[in-house]
Amino acid sequence: MNFFKFVKASLYCVTHGSKTYFIWLAFLIVLILNGALGLFDQFHNGLIMTNMRDQVSWAFYIGNFTFLVGVAAASVLLVIPAYIYNWKPLKEVVILGELLAISAIVMCLGFVIVDIGHPERFWHLIPFLGNMNIPQSVLAWDVLVLNGYLVLNLVIVTYLLYCSYMEKKYNTTFVHSLVLFSIPLAIGIHTVTAFVYNGLPARPFWNASILAPKFLASAFCSGPAILLILLQILRRTTRLEIRDEAIWKIAELMAYAMAFNLFLTGAEVFKEFYSDTHHTVYSTYMYIGLHGHNAIVPYVWASILFSVIALILFLIPSTRRNPVTMNIGCVLIYAGVYIEKGIGLVIPGMTPDTLGEIYEYFPSPTEIRIAEGIFGLGFLTFTLMLKVAVPIALGEFNIRQSRPETV
Amino acid sequence: MKKNKCTNNDRPKDDCLKKESRTISRRSFLKTMAGAAGACFLASCDSDTREAFFQRHFRELGRPELTGVLERLERQYSEQFGKTVSVTADPSMEDVLFGYGLDLSRCVGCRRCVYACVEENNCSRDPQVHLIRVLEMEKDRGIDIFDANHYYNPEEVPREGHFYMPVSCQMCRNPQCVTVCPVGATWTEPDGIVVVDYDWCIGCRCCMSACPYGARHFNWAKPSLTPEELNPETHYLGNRPRPAGVVEKCTFCIQRVRKGLYPACVEICPVGARKFGNLLDPKSEIRYIMENKRVFIFKEEINTQPKFYYFYGT
Amino acid sequence: MTGVQVPPPPLSDLFPCSQCHEDLESNLEHRVLTEMHDDITLQHDEENRWCLDCHNPDDRDRLRMASGKLIEFSESYRLCGQCHGPKYRDWKAGVHGKRSGNWNGEKQYLLCVHCHDPHSPRFKPIEPMPPPIRPENLR
Repeated sequence: MNFFKFVKASLYCVTHGSKTYFIWLAFLIVLILNGALGLFDQFHNGLIMTNMRDQVSWAFYIGNFTFLVGVAAASVLLVIPAYIYNWKPLKEVVILGELLAISAIVMCLGFVIVDIGHPERFWHLIPFLGNMNIPQSVLAWDVLVLNGYLVLNLVIVTYLLYCSYMEKKYNTTFVHSLVLFSIPLAIGIHTVTAFVYNGLPARPFWNASILAPKFLASAFCSGPAILLILLQILRRTTRLEIRDEAIWKIAELMAYAMAFNLFLTGAEVFKEFYSDTHHTVYSTYMYIGLHGHNAIVPYVWASILFSVIALILFLIPSTRRNPVTMNIGCVLIYAGVYIEKGIGLVIPGMTPDTLGEIYEYFPSPTEIRIAEGIFGLGFLTFTLMLKVAVPIALGEFNIRQSRPETV
Repeated sequence: MKKNKCTNNDRPKDDCLKKESRTISRRSFLKTMAGAAGACFLASCDSDTREAFFQRHFRELGRPELTGVLERLERQYSEQFGKTVSVTADPSMEDVLFGYGLDLSRCVGCRRCVYACVEENNCSRDPQVHLIRVLEMEKDRGIDIFDANHYYNPEEVPREGHFYMPVSCQMCRNPQCVTVCPVGATWTEPDGIVVVDYDWCIGCRCCMSACPYGARHFNWAKPSLTPEELNPETHYLGNRPRPAGVVEKCTFCIQRVRKGLYPACVEICPVGARKFGNLLDPKSEIRYIMENKRVFIFKEEINTQPKFYYFYGT
Repeated sequence: MTGVQVPPPPLSDLFPCSQCHEDLESNLEHRVLTEMHDDITLQHDEENRWCLDCHNPDDRDRLRMASGKLIEFSESYRLCGQCHGPKYRDWKAGVHGKRSGNWNGEKQYLLCVHCHDPHSPRFKPIEPMPPPIRPENLR
């Protein structure tokens, strides 16, 4: 019964707010509607509305999906120090990290649904109901762990928020065990996603041992970037107290992750260009261009430049602590890894294709529209959840102050 | 309008503590709408669409269910194309494992196999789907696919100094596509043909990423096929007209070979470069090739173990 | 060979050759023909051989093997097989040349001469069918 009240009260929370809040919501809804129109177009005419073809059969949607899985996994970056090392300044922000993870997974699911040819056949993936190809198919495992991670985070967050709302103490064993379980699961989701690519001997660019570590390193440096910006916004617009040390610590951890990421990139570049086998064509296409095709070269180098600058900004304590340079670093790191996961991973893996053909792909207007819509949906989910979570965390929204019968 | 009970001075500006009775009805309203929408959707579909939606995986269909599915498909296709279409589900023959031989010393790159296949297998004409791709390469460089030409179009073939290598599904014994499919929509039949259940495939294209030979093709839009172009003798796992959004590939003309005929590409090849037969029959052409000719496997190092053998007849 | 269908040899409508040649004298001199059959240019080891090495001068309705043995035109592959041994073996196995029909039953063969003009056997180039549409042009 009380849970029912909690849900009702939360709904009230999200439907009432300041003008800025509603303008932001309106903007997101416009994006979502635009995306929905694009999706309707795509349903009607088929995936030919995208620029994907047989030669490059995974592209923008799957690139976004891969990046967002990394973002979802990265919330664990906050969990590890907070719970394992009992680092108090981070404990407050952990729940926000989990909300980010939930929103990211929602977007991941969105990108998968718009990418497949028959979304209505999703039930074929449900174990026992459909025919899930476990244990062979890594993609099937990915579906399992991603949904499991989503459910786990939803359970943790709902439980914690509900307890706060009820002004009850939460069961620490329950929460801590779930949270501790979420750490290997977060690493798991991104590793399994990496294995989807890694396990394909047909694609030599992906069939390299460095792929899974690289995924994790780039996830850990990019995911928290959004959180850092968000924490600063929340600090300004709500009464939420987030200590500077928490923000600086996250930025420092991101720096180390980026350093490792760049090291792995360097290792990959060495292996490819020093050995110089036929399989080097993919890296050649990426970094230099191949047979006159060099559409993605500037993006790849931009990504490296952004990453290096961000690394420097986050490594030097003074620039890390300066809000201006730190935020520039966040944007650069986000952009750098976003390009790396999309243009720098999916496209070179498929260009040249398995029969040596080069098809230069770039997203079509429909794909961009739909992607915008999905990002809008993700941000909307995040906003609505924050709208409920922040007041609860502040103690301003709880059962005492929102019982409908007494009003 | 109920009065605001909160008198707490430091409540947040956005007034999230006011309760309204509207929220109750709003929530139940939404629930009813969702339920009604679902019911409407199911009711508005005709029984065929409903049946198609809930159709189980081909390998789980019992005999009567399969008969029902085939009848429904025959009805749908016949209506769609205005002529009688048959959809069979002939099973594998006993003691048969199909193998294919391609004589690289003979192929002249005329592409007649490509178009014979398209006609036999009811491939979409627009957008174009070809299940065979012919690579033109230079004799003095050998097989170097990164320098292959897929779009050669000289006046006459073969071009001086060039050789031709057609590529289609290699029917691997260790098929990567089968391993990665998350819903098991593709599998190897007992006679060695790797097939796709077009009504089970969700169109995720993981199999296309996994195939080292570029042999799997996606229907990016609704396949276009006129009644005149349609080949009405079809097999459920083979050349029946496909929907949009599913993957297809060469099936060794399953609708033909399970009746004992050669695939269409073997029949049409004007130079006899294509050989087909039962690997388990010691007297078959394909066994002769494997025992007497220099045979090689395309991308052998990937260990997919194809049943498609390239050889040099000369 | 049982279960084999072979279409008749080419130019069967001109057969039997003895219609004209029965009354003509055979000129065994190694030369290029100018009066009749001048549309045939021999491009088949023409340095060392000429018409009457394969065609039997005494009975134009048969072909002559190197041993002197006479064979019908429908068995001309035996003549080809004299020099082209490996090809002949492959052809008999069904691996050289085209076969149609059933992989597990009746097949249709072709004679060597159905594909290879015996006087100029090298395959002539043919017009290819159109290339596939490039992916960027697929709408």
